[in-house]
Order: sequence, then structure tokens, then C-alpha cells
Amino acid sequence: MPLNTEPNLTRPDDFYESLLEMHRDLDDAQSQSANAQLILLLANHIGDQAVLIEAMRLAREGVIAR
Amino acid sequence: METPLDYRNARFAYRRAAEAAPDAQGEVHPVVVVGAGPTGLAAAIDLAQRGIGVVLVDDDDRLSVGSRAICFSKRSLEIFDRLRCGEAMTAKGVRWHVGKVFFRDELVYPFDLLRESGYRRPAFINLQQYYVEGYLLERALQLPNLEIRWKSSVVDIETPPAGRAQAGGNDREPTVLTIETPEGRYDIRAHFVVAADGARSALRKRLGCDSHGRTFKDRFLIADVKMEADFPPERWFWFDPPFHRNQSVLLHRQPDNVWRIDFQLGWDADPEREKEPERVRARVRALLGQDAQFSLEWVSVYTFSCSRMSSFRCGNVIFAGDSAHCVSPFGARGANSGLQDADNLAWKLEFVLQGLAPDALIDSYAREREYAADENIRHSTRSTDFITPKTAMSRVFRDAVLTLARHHPFARQLVNSGRLSVPAVLADSPLNTADRDRFSAGPVPGSVTADAPVDRNDQADWLLSHLGETFSLLLFGGANGLDDNAQALFAASQRCRVPVRNVAVLPAGARVNNAGESAAVTLLFDREGLAAERYDATPGTAYLIRPDQHVCARWRSAAAADLEAALARALCVKTD
Repeated sequence: MPLNTEPNLTRPDDFYESLLEMHRDLDDAQSQSANAQLILLLANHIGDQAVLIEAMRLAREGVIAR
Repeated sequence: METPLDYRNARFAYRRAAEAAPDAQGEVHPVVVVGAGPTGLAAAIDLAQRGIGVVLVDDDDRLSVGSRAICFSKRSLEIFDRLRCGEAMTAKGVRWHVGKVFFRDELVYPFDLLRESGYRRPAFINLQQYYVEGYLLERALQLPNLEIRWKSSVVDIETPPAGRAQAGGNDREPTVLTIETPEGRYDIRAHFVVAADGARSALRKRLGCDSHGRTFKDRFLIADVKMEADFPPERWFWFDPPFHRNQSVLLHRQPDNVWRIDFQLGWDADPEREKEPERVRARVRALLGQDAQFSLEWVSVYTFSCSRMSSFRCGNVIFAGDSAHCVSPFGARGANSGLQDADNLAWKLEFVLQGLAPDALIDSYAREREYAADENIRHSTRSTDFITPKTAMSRVFRDAVLTLARHHPFARQLVNSGRLSVPAVLADSPLNTADRDRFSAGPVPGSVTADAPVDRNDQADWLLSHLGETFSLLLFGGANGLDDNAQALFAASQRCRVPVRNVAVLPAGARVNNAGESAAVTLLFDREGLAAERYDATPGTAYLIRPDQHVCARWRSAAAADLEAALARALCVKTD
């Protein structure tokens, strides 16, 4: 199954609010750790190496290609 | 059991070699092995057991100074069993199979490297390198065709021109080594030279062979500490512990109440200062407590690189062990892979020297062990990247993994404090015959055979004890013993181009009235059914096993022609 980049979130605005809420009152180091833990949890949930590689490629391009 | 020799301090006498006498008419030795470390000793013993005369030269007159390599894997013990010194190693060594990982002041999780029983040897033993070399030396001294020459350094080498180097059999032009001894120099000639002369290999430099890789900017302190302590025999690894902040620490138990403590120091540490006993004692007390009673056995500060030669073969000089490849110590992939090199090489040299296989078989040593070295280097590099994060973000992820691992099992598979040595599966080796029949489990061609408990003549025994040395045909029978096809295959194996051991495994309680009549067959009974399970065997299943106990072919039902073709392939013999 390829990486799904079409709309897939059941409640997009709620998700986004929760994402910011996850970082509430955290300092930079804590926020970085929370982000890293979130990535690891989600990566394990997805599991499929090809999907993960594709997502990492897009994320890196988002930084470098601009 | 006490050992007869104090291997740590024993010195071995230099004796004048036959070639050193004036007007000596030096013979051409089949093999000269350079370096009496674990790899060189194992290679020399294996060759001598195979009836090949060996001269083993070493520039020193003693065994390993310091405990150095201490973790020996199940596979290494199986190799030692074939070299007839596995029992002494296992009896003296500290068996272990449980590891624990700590992050800061908390246990993150424990792991077990050998969950199932039914193997002769444990997952690992810890044993000081001087004991390993000592037991190997004892075995070597039993072999009349193995001559050890101490205080003998190779100072020059002359290799024959390429064309004449690879002539078959005894027409092979010899390689000449110049040996320096306390009494002066002499030349020694050999068909093959095994260069097991360590990470700073003089032979590698002499021949101008390159070695490439990565050096890691980190330093580690080894403190071997003697004490009475009640830590269990487990591998304990701390990331960022309170007693050694921001670095890692590894604790291992060795025989004789010696404990290996490995402190990560960082690149900026001053190696000379870090070796000062008072400084080391302070670090150890921080771990053990301020009133701990202990003495320092051995202290060393080391750095490491992960590298390998581009080719392990340079004409008729074959590199094995640290001379050919280097890894970080995390994962115990140094000495263990050197022993696997020796295991892979000895039979190939024997078969080529005996004229039973072409020179190309030696090339297969280089290709197979280069592949294994790449795997070891990959694991070792990944472990090092986890243990020593190179960037701020890799540290964030490392710590995130350790934090999650306390509560979430998935994260434990990402924790990397060393992926402990298991033999490489040589799945792409040209010596393998690809599976024609369907197997859903069992050792694939290119992998080491699995051990299993069996009965032989109503005595408890182990399957691996009957495989190896030469090729083995392992055939599984049914409740009625061996059928006509099995009997025919066993008979056919005795007409093959090389000697083949016939080994039959029958279910416990099988009828045997028809077994072992037509050809010499070792008859084993599958006491717990584990052999059939581990080999995914049904009646008629046959495995062809190399002299180094690697599977090279397997079938659900084999004909004599299958066996012949697979043997030819495993020997690099061209058939048309």
C-alpha cells in the first residue's frame, strides 16, 4: 500500500489542536522528545517500511528542495 | 577444574627451526599460518586435524596479554567442539543468555538470547582470551603435524607470479616468507599462507593490500576487576547511568571472579590519564559503591574502527580474523567472526591441496567471509551509532527509544546496545544449490546447521557431533526406518568424488531392522522430535552439509544425481 497523501483524518481540526496540546508547557528539549516519541509510535503503527521510507523522503524534500 | 598452565603468564621457548640450520634443504610446507591468536590457532588445528602439515609462526612467546575478547558465541563453541576443545572452554566459561538494558537509573527491559533448550552449547560464554588461546594451544600440542614456532616474526614475503601461483596440486609455486628469530633470519616456503596476524597485520602492509572503513571518534576504558560480588551472570548495559553521566557502561562476568567493566569515555578523554589506577578505581567505586572491595586485573583504553580489506585473498596469502576485518566490540563480532573465518577456510585449503577441488574454492572463502564481514560491520556500525549518537537529533531519538522501551514492547526492538554475534547466512554463496523442493522452515542453504538432542546406541548424544569434518549427507527416515530410496542414496554417497559421512535421523522408537546394511551409516534417534522440527523434515528429507557444518543443498527426496551435482557445485568443480 503506497503512502496515502489524500485527506484521511477523521477530524482534522481536532487532530491539529491535539497536536499543539501535546506540546503545551513543554520546553524545547521536551517538545523534541515528545515529537520523537510520537514519530516512533506512529512508525510502529504503520509498520510498512516502504510507506515509512516514502514519508521520510517527502519530509526531507520539504526541507531541502525549497 | 584447575588448568595445568597459567596461561596469563606462560612463556613458550623459542626453538631453532629445521630451515634455520646452515645448508638446510627447506621443504615446501602445505600451509604456514601467521599469528597464534584465536583465529590462527583455530585454523592451524583444523588443518592439522585434516591431515595437512602446518607451521604456525608467532612473533611473541606468550598468549593474549589481558582478557581482551571475552564473549564467545554458541557457534564458536560448536567450532571448538569440532576442534575437540569445546568442553574445556564451556566448563571454564561463564554461561549467560540474559541481558539487561538500563537507562539512567531504571531497568528498561531484559532480553533472553536462547529461549529454547535442546542445544549442546549455551548462547554465550564469557572466557578471557588467554584461556581460549590456552585451550586451543593445548589441543594444538596434541597434533604431531602442527609445529608452533614462537619468537618468529615475518619480516618479508615473496609471492610467485600470478600464473604460476594457481597451478593445481603440488605444482603450485610456493610463497617464501622470511622469518626473523632471536638467532637471525631464515626463509620458509609454503603453498598457502594464512595471515591471521591481527588488526595491524604486517603481512597486509607488506603486500600493500588496502583496508577501508570508518574510525569512530570515541574512547572506551576496560577495567577488569577482581571481586566477590553477587551480580548474576548477565550482560548489563547502562545508557547514561547516574554513576557515569552521558556515557554508556557495560558489565560482564568472567571466570575467576573477574568482572569486565567497559566505560565509554568520549573522544576528548586523555588515554594515558584514564589508565591511572586511582582514576579507574574511582570510576569503579562510583558503580559498585564507595566501600566496594576489589582489585584491578587489567586496564586498557581503546578506540575502534569498522573496516575490512577489499579482498581477503591476495594470491596464495589468505587473510583471516582481525587482519581482514575490524568491528567495534559491541556485539562480540570480532573474535567470533575470526573463528568462523578459520572454520570456513580450513576445509577449502585441504580439498584444494589434496587435488579434490580447484583453486576457485579458495576464492569462495574470500567471497563468503567478505559478505559475513559486511554484515558484521553493518550491525556493529548501527550499534555504535545508537550507543554514541553523532548529532543532537540522533540523541533525541536514542533517548526517545529508551524512554518508550520501558512501557512499550515495540521500542525494545529499536534499542541497540550491540546485536550479539550470530553466524551470517551465506544465502548467495555460489556453493549453494537452490531449493527445488518446498521447505517452510529449517536451515536454508548457506546457513549453519542446527543442533538437536539425539540418541545413539541408547546413549544421549548431539546431532552436530556427527556433522562436519567432510561432507555429510543427513537423511531423515520414518517410523519404519529407511526406505529403499534412502538406502540407495546412502550407497551412492560412498561413490562420490569426495568422502561423505552418512547420517540417518529416525523418529524415537522407529524400527531399524533395515537400516545401516548397505553402507556405513551413523544412526541417530530424534529423542525429542527437535531434529525433525528444526530441519522441517519429513521422511526422505535430505540435507547435504559442508565440512564447516553449513547446509549447501536440501531436498524432500533426492536422487544420486542430485547429490553428485550439489557436491560438484559446493566444490567449484565444473561439470558439463
